[in-house]
Amino acid sequence: MSILEFVIEVVGTYVATIAFGILINIPRRALNVGGWIGVLGYVLYRFTVLWGGGYVVGNLLGAVAIGVASLQAAKIKKMPMILFNIPAIVPLVPGGQAYQMIKNFALGQNSTAFVFLLQVVMISGAIAFGFLLSELVNRIQRRFWRHHKRL
Amino acid sequence: MSSQKKRDQLILHTALTAGRIMIENGSEIERVEDTMTRIARNAGAQTSQLFVMITGILMAINGEVGAQIEPVKRRTFDLEKIAVVNDLSRQFADRKINLRQFADRLDHLDSVSRYFPFWLQLLAAAMVSGPLEVVFRHNLPDFWITCVVGMLGWWVYYVLNKYIQIRFLSEFTSAAAIGLMAVVFVHWGLGNSVDDIIIGGVMPLVPGVPITNSVRDILAGNLVSGPARGVEALVSAAAIGFGIAMVLQFL
Repeated sequence: MSILEFVIEVVGTYVATIAFGILINIPRRALNVGGWIGVLGYVLYRFTVLWGGGYVVGNLLGAVAIGVASLQAAKIKKMPMILFNIPAIVPLVPGGQAYQMIKNFALGQNSTAFVFLLQVVMISGAIAFGFLLSELVNRIQRRFWRHHKRL
Repeated sequence: MSSQKKRDQLILHTALTAGRIMIENGSEIERVEDTMTRIARNAGAQTSQLFVMITGILMAINGEVGAQIEPVKRRTFDLEKIAVVNDLSRQFADRKINLRQFADRLDHLDSVSRYFPFWLQLLAAAMVSGPLEVVFRHNLPDFWITCVVGMLGWWVYYVLNKYIQIRFLSEFTSAAAIGLMAVVFVHWGLGNSVDDIIIGGVMPLVPGVPITNSVRDILAGNLVSGPARGVEALVSAAAIGFGIAMVLQFL
């Protein structure tokens, strides 16, 4: 991957995340941060895949990063967390694999379709599990803060 | 009616309206419960009992009035309203507005919807489709045509959503239109790859809100509402998939 390709991907992810935010009517002052969280999640995913970590681990790490970063943004901006993590997750959606699955089912090539179906299920599962892990981090942090305040 | 009773009625009305607006516009259940409990507590109710589901809310507070039900009938994605309710609730907690003002603003919020203008939504749909096509498929020559296809696809979705008001049907039709446009445009020589154009073009239709909320609801222990949202996301995805598959069948 050349530098130019990387820059194009980052810009594309940022623009797409913000644009998706506009489609679901996210308040204007949350858009920019949401875009950067999307870039963060995607870059983490991309580098994990590049360094041989595999799609599943990449999506998992991306989702964890999105979850943790969204909570920090929600705390700083005093806005609900879902404003940040819903658009940010869009670049991780397994659109390509889902499309290949549909296409192969439609054309009657079931064995190829099942390979893609498995990928879609595994990637979606990884994203869901990534959110779960990020929630774990968030709860620990909240607990730590409360503990800290009492001291 | 005694003033205490009136006050209790107002508390219930405010909390229920806030909860209904949040669920209608795509909030997760835990946040609704949290906000409603806070409203009741900040308004001076000693205890409050809540039963929040994705299709309706039941709430009771101590005092002279009984429990009340608020059905949730429609579901859209308008996250700005959730943010506004959140802001109002914070202001109410800080005593910047009183309960009466809070209730008035909620009722007002319900009747106006402040979406981004339609041309900006079309532009946004184009800016979801094209960049994601490049990010996923690295196919730069098809960038512009993907933008156009995604934009027209969103236009179909928006118009149908306005008139038939069944989201799954609009998604199905819109996906079929995107597939058809991709095939036709490639046939005319305006694009290179049908696959890449379709992948980019359907990205604005991705059910991001139900997917995320489903995961969060299940994690929070809402075992009824979470899977319900999951089904919503699944049906959306299936509708899009069938739309595309139908076009590909006829190739």
